[in-house]
Amino acid sequence: MSLAHEEVLSTPSSDVPVEYSTEDGALKIFGFWIFLATDLILFACLFTMYQILHINTAGGPTEQELYDVPGFTAETLILLVSSFTCGLATLEMRRGRRSASMGWLVVTVLLGLSFIFLEVREFVDYVNRGATMQRSAFLSSFFTLVGTHGCHVSLGILWMLSILYQLGRRGISAMTARKIFIVGLYWHFLDVVWVFIFTVVYLQGVM
Amino acid sequence: MHLPGYVNNVATPFFVTGDPMIYASDVLIVLTLVAIVFVLTYFKKWGWLWREWITTVDHKKIGIMYLIAALLMLFRGGVDAMLMRTQLALPNMRFLEAEHYDQIFTTHGTIMILFMAMPFIFAMFNIAVPLQIGARDVAFPYLNAISFWLFFFGALLLNLSFVIGGSPDGGWTSYPPLTEWPTDPGPGENFYLLALQISGIGSMATGINFLVTILKMRAPGMTLMRMPMFCWSVVGASILIIFSFPALTVALALLMIDRLFGAHFFTMLQGGNPMMYVNLFWVWGHPEVYIVVLPAFGIFSEVVATFSRKRLFGYASMVASIMAIAVISYLVWLHHFFTMGAGPGVNSFFAISTMSVGIPTGVKVFNWLFTMYQGRIRLKLPMLWAIGFIPNFAIGGATGVMLAVAPGDYQYHNSYFLIAHFHQVLIGGVVYGMLAGMYYWWPKMFGIILNERIGRWAFWVFNIGFYVCFLPQYELGFMGMTRRIYVYPAGMGWTALNLISTIGAYLMGIAFVLIVWQVLYSIRFPERDVTGDPWDGRTLEWSLPSPAPHYNFARIPTVTARDAWWAEKEARRRGEDVQKELRPLEPIHMPNNSGRPFILSVCFFIGGFGLVFEWYWLAILGGLGVMLCLLLRSLETNTDHYIPVEEIRRTEAALGRL
Amino acid sequence: MSSEHHEELRGFHGIHRGFPWSHVVGLVVSLVLTFAALWLVQAHAMPHGLLLAVILVLAVLQIVVQLFFFMHFLESYGPRYHVTSLALAFVFTVCIIAGSLWIMTFGGEQTY
Repeated sequence: MSLAHEEVLSTPSSDVPVEYSTEDGALKIFGFWIFLATDLILFACLFTMYQILHINTAGGPTEQELYDVPGFTAETLILLVSSFTCGLATLEMRRGRRSASMGWLVVTVLLGLSFIFLEVREFVDYVNRGATMQRSAFLSSFFTLVGTHGCHVSLGILWMLSILYQLGRRGISAMTARKIFIVGLYWHFLDVVWVFIFTVVYLQGVM
Repeated sequence: MHLPGYVNNVATPFFVTGDPMIYASDVLIVLTLVAIVFVLTYFKKWGWLWREWITTVDHKKIGIMYLIAALLMLFRGGVDAMLMRTQLALPNMRFLEAEHYDQIFTTHGTIMILFMAMPFIFAMFNIAVPLQIGARDVAFPYLNAISFWLFFFGALLLNLSFVIGGSPDGGWTSYPPLTEWPTDPGPGENFYLLALQISGIGSMATGINFLVTILKMRAPGMTLMRMPMFCWSVVGASILIIFSFPALTVALALLMIDRLFGAHFFTMLQGGNPMMYVNLFWVWGHPEVYIVVLPAFGIFSEVVATFSRKRLFGYASMVASIMAIAVISYLVWLHHFFTMGAGPGVNSFFAISTMSVGIPTGVKVFNWLFTMYQGRIRLKLPMLWAIGFIPNFAIGGATGVMLAVAPGDYQYHNSYFLIAHFHQVLIGGVVYGMLAGMYYWWPKMFGIILNERIGRWAFWVFNIGFYVCFLPQYELGFMGMTRRIYVYPAGMGWTALNLISTIGAYLMGIAFVLIVWQVLYSIRFPERDVTGDPWDGRTLEWSLPSPAPHYNFARIPTVTARDAWWAEKEARRRGEDVQKELRPLEPIHMPNNSGRPFILSVCFFIGGFGLVFEWYWLAILGGLGVMLCLLLRSLETNTDHYIPVEEIRRTEAALGRL
Repeated sequence: MSSEHHEELRGFHGIHRGFPWSHVVGLVVSLVLTFAALWLVQAHAMPHGLLLAVILVLAVLQIVVQLFFFMHFLESYGPRYHVTSLALAFVFTVCIIAGSLWIMTFGGEQTY
């Protein structure tokens, strides 16, 4: 049971993913799962805020007036595909193929950037139509919920860039592999959160 | 910037002026700082401070720093309490102005819960958990240092508000719409929001850290059901931290967005709903009560078993009740705002769930009593506080059930009955528990045992002062005295009871002074603990020398029973040769010290300070500093080192353990 | 450290070498679920409350897809404590959301 920090749980030649080959890696992956649990609760609170406040438009723009079906569908598709490519990056990392792994990470980053571009364009469009976060409680909660997700995605992009740099410099090691695996968990988690934004915010809004 | 209508002792938005007490504090703060700088420079201790303490990632040192911070904050919060009780001692007192009183009850509550109770439990986590489970450090030592420094700078930010910008004055719960910008402009509430946010990040990291540590780093043979009860209570508290602190994060962040950017989450206009803040706040706030009290339960379990020389009665039921409390405490939050009037269905559900918390808690009380039953009880200081706790908690629990009855709560709500109740459980439970833990583990931390005689005086003065202070407040609550009033007229029949209560508060203040005197006396005339096992303990931390070497265990022990150290001592008493297969020493892998947790937290502090005063350039600068620190950590490869066998051998030989 | 307490990596079935079919299946299933939800809403296929419930169920299925097709959810050294933790997180999430909605819709849904 006990795992001390130095312990190498397996030799690299054996058939175990390299991110799990050190005790440090196994601990950090477990720790990150717990972090995701805290982030889940955080988003749960923001969703609750939105669900309570989304009818309080205070005479301002309503959901039906703002939400644009092709726009948010495109955002959803981009994130779903990026989740897939991110999964492939982890897969290639496990196979020990650095450039393939980096390639899929680059694709993921590009998809993430296009998602952020669409989201920022959507926000700017709303603000230009007078739908600012100061306008009503509905808009405050909308911008905060969707914006918090957007901040997470932006942070994920910066994180992936840092990992790409490290992967280029150092290749696949127990440390870089663990980072790819963990950033993958983070990215898939954000995809799940977006699916709920898609459902609760946008689909409910245009119902 | 002119701030209309802001507290009238604030002439400028920056330095607080106008009140002689504030000027006195200014002078005291400056003198203290000068004294600290002088002492450090004169004795050439700057390098020592940096190398040994600020950059440390050793859980034992971090625990000691938490403990010192908690005691300092207990002093600050205690002084606030004295000031309030002085103001309320007699009718029509003119000792404090209304605004000043508001600020003091706000900082008293905030500091006592978040900057006294939380660091106190984290001190105990850090000091005891790795030693009890046979580990060399926590799972993430670097993160542990970050947690401490985030707490430290969060506490600093809040305390700074006393002399810069003005203290928050919306109560420790900071309910909107009162705390929205139009009704409470100025930096005071911003200090509250940012300080709690920064230290909250640290608390969340601590919760993750200790859950991972306990689940993944136990010594071989220590199954979950062989763990010391304190570790189980830390599991319970960590689960609650992990799943409840995000709610506080959201509540604080949204109120900040309201205040700084003019959003409408909790305003009365544009569709905002202030009750949503109250809801989110208590989604965190109720579990928070159990976050601080569960570790106290764990400490009582250790102390009662040790000083009764019996194994803990009903171990499995103890574990079950900790986990039951952890889950049920998540389903009771509405009882803090029954009077919102959510309807009979809602109020009934939450009343019943609240009362049901009493069941596992009762199980625990009976288990402690049965552990003592027919035990050979030694009334040492930790045991004294543990025994003092039981009647306290019985009264606190009973009044808690009274408050849980929703129709009854409409009568007691926000009266002094409530005040007396939650002080009864928070002081009687948490503070008694943490003091018991402090006395219990003090030898393990510092290698000296605290003076028994002064400690007994402190205990009795505190215990008597406690009842003298809070029993009258139940009565005052029934007589209609509400919380947070700063003055009352004569002829209400409240005068005598208030005066008695104030006397009790002063008695507790004297007890605190006695504890400080006890510590100083024990440093001057130390009673050294040379055995490492001064209490004839049961768990693994007592198998180590006091204080433990920085790698804790030269060889990770193999555990074969609950109360592992007791089992080993029993085997020795039977004459068995427990050391028959002494494994050779191996190099020990340890994390490197790092100054970055400190610098990272300074950046958080700078960013937070910028947001408090809405100096966005400073906030952005702080944020960039945080990002840079994170990036540098990510790029770091050389994060740990090996202690060679020779050095371990030397250290162990010096400790007489070879 | 001795090696007697080595544990195997549970839930791991060797490094996948061939074409990543499971990932492709995961992507296809998540796209199908997304378009199903979108179509149901666009077509107003059922009454409002039921529709909301159905698309929420579809969203929950998407969590399952991500966890099992992409996130290697069942891999762990020793007991799968992270599965327990996330299950608990899910329970608490439901408690917060359902509890808060129940509490805050007192007096019926009202706009301000």
